[in-house]
Amino acid sequence: MTITLTSTPAGPARTGRRRRRKLTFDRASFMAVFLVLPLTIFVLFVVSPFVQALYFAMTDWSGFSPDMAFVGLDNFTKLLHDDVFLRAVRNNVLLAIVVPFVTIVVALAIATMVTVGGPTKGGIRGVRGSSFYRVISFFPYAVPAIVIGLIWAQVFDPARGLLNGVLTAVGLDGFQDFPWLGDTATAMPASMFVMIWGCVGFYSVLFVAAIKGVPAELYEAARLDGAGRMRTAMAITLPQIRDNVQTAYIYLGILALDAFVYMQALNPSGGPNYATLTMSQELYMVAFRKGQFGYATAMGVVLAVMTLLFAAIVFTVGRVAAGRAEGSARR
Amino acid sequence: MTTLTTNGAADTSTEPPRRGGRATGTGGDVAVSTTSHTLLVIWSVVVIVPFLWVLLSSFKTSQEILASPFSLPAEWSFRNYAAAWTDAGIGRFFLNTVVVVGCALAIVMLLGAMCAYVLARYRFPGNRLIYNSMLAGLTFPIFLAIVPLFFILRNFGLLNTLPGLILTYVAFALPFTVFFLHSFFRTLPDEIYEAAVMDGAGEWRTFFQVMLPMARPGMASVAIFNFLGLWNQFLLPVALNTNQDNYVLTQGMATFASQAGYSVDFGALFAAVVLTVVPVLVVYLIFQRRLEGSVDKGTFR
Repeated sequence: MTITLTSTPAGPARTGRRRRRKLTFDRASFMAVFLVLPLTIFVLFVVSPFVQALYFAMTDWSGFSPDMAFVGLDNFTKLLHDDVFLRAVRNNVLLAIVVPFVTIVVALAIATMVTVGGPTKGGIRGVRGSSFYRVISFFPYAVPAIVIGLIWAQVFDPARGLLNGVLTAVGLDGFQDFPWLGDTATAMPASMFVMIWGCVGFYSVLFVAAIKGVPAELYEAARLDGAGRMRTAMAITLPQIRDNVQTAYIYLGILALDAFVYMQALNPSGGPNYATLTMSQELYMVAFRKGQFGYATAMGVVLAVMTLLFAAIVFTVGRVAAGRAEGSARR
Repeated sequence: MTTLTTNGAADTSTEPPRRGGRATGTGGDVAVSTTSHTLLVIWSVVVIVPFLWVLLSSFKTSQEILASPFSLPAEWSFRNYAAAWTDAGIGRFFLNTVVVVGCALAIVMLLGAMCAYVLARYRFPGNRLIYNSMLAGLTFPIFLAIVPLFFILRNFGLLNTLPGLILTYVAFALPFTVFFLHSFFRTLPDEIYEAAVMDGAGEWRTFFQVMLPMARPGMASVAIFNFLGLWNQFLLPVALNTNQDNYVLTQGMATFASQAGYSVDFGALFAAVVLTVVPVLVVYLIFQRRLEGSVDKGTFR
């Protein structure tokens, strides 16, 4: 369930070495303050809302009246027939398939080029000026997602946007006043592009760091064996940094299943014909605009389940890929 | 920006020093290198140009913006900036954000370090349980918690207040902070702790005067991540802080953007975007090296 659990070193082994000491006042007060203070906040504002949510999801609570009736799984059956919500689920699934994949491919390509994509003579190195490309491509990570969305909403604007300005300037007059975010065919791809644009930098830097951890001898050996760049990338780089790719996939999946900030900036109302509506937007709408808190929380449960499911799938695929790689290595 | 790019120490770390000229590449190398550069240049352009366009547009009047996306402003005035800062309240939102993020960051770093330290270096029943629930808190979507959170804050009278927002920020930044610092405190040698105790320092003194200073590099990395994460936070303020006087920058921007469409004050909108981006740009350029290092060290242990 938890992403990072498997990659952390087992705890008790190390702690176990230490002798147990007497419980003095100093020690007791220290433990009390150091644990109780942070944990109070954590339990009050993180754990308890999550637990309460599970109960609220099974009520018809409207929020502002104290009475709520326990309705069991009614909210969930209702969700199954809620066309708008189902549309949102479909959009989120699409986002979770496309955004992590494309982001990781682009980020890996950039990372490979700036680390090991250099000439085949001499040491293993990246192309020239790679630091420059790294600084530039990492930058969007530092910009608030909402601002990224607002900038691109302006770039995509039909009349005064940069994109149509460029396209008409190079002679593609068909794009005069084309509504990128207002057309059912392009709204989703355009929104996906913005999310990918915002994420690539962070993950390419991550992969750069990971690739640097791969022993250079592996690349030199591959080169001696006559492996081309593509082959090297697929047979050396990818298996060596598989853990990083897997974690990146999960983080990006969580982001794509949420997507609230980006969509809220690009198309607050869910886009043409709900083309870009996400579960998070619908949840926010139903909770804070319509006041159906019980129903909205049920959506939250669906979102959480999908997130965990996504993580589980990525783990399974990762494990299968790992098993297969080991098998072929033994052969 | 160019000064930063010349110190390419990082990308040479895996290779022996270059000998001779660069012209040793084969014909295939030239082709590949050209393709690589072309792709990287295209990507850089796609990243930079929108920012430059926003910067340019921020000096234009709304009429000029509507007339053409490329034209230069007739006069370079900061009128839009003044409008965004005062009329649209960006100045006020900015101040609120500094207060909220500043306080939340200070509190979460202290509490997170305390909690991580105890979890990493003391054995007691429930230790793993606490640690694992922190990890779970890192994975679950905030959206599931948002509705109950709204009512918890309302019951405490903290809804729509800055302290309420600060507390929530602290709570949701805590799992990441603890998780990151946990692995850091674990690597600190036991001998130092033993020595401190031997010299008569109590638990409190050992932590604040010996262990915490040693964890400074880890603290710095987490602080940068938390700063960016909290500065960019959007959902929590939008749902829990609906009093316009208490708006933080991100939600103020979203509101302003939806209003700017009606009042047709696009120049001010662009200026507001620039005003939001510049502080993070400065932080980014100052801490760029460290940030990239942290990505490597911290997030994916």
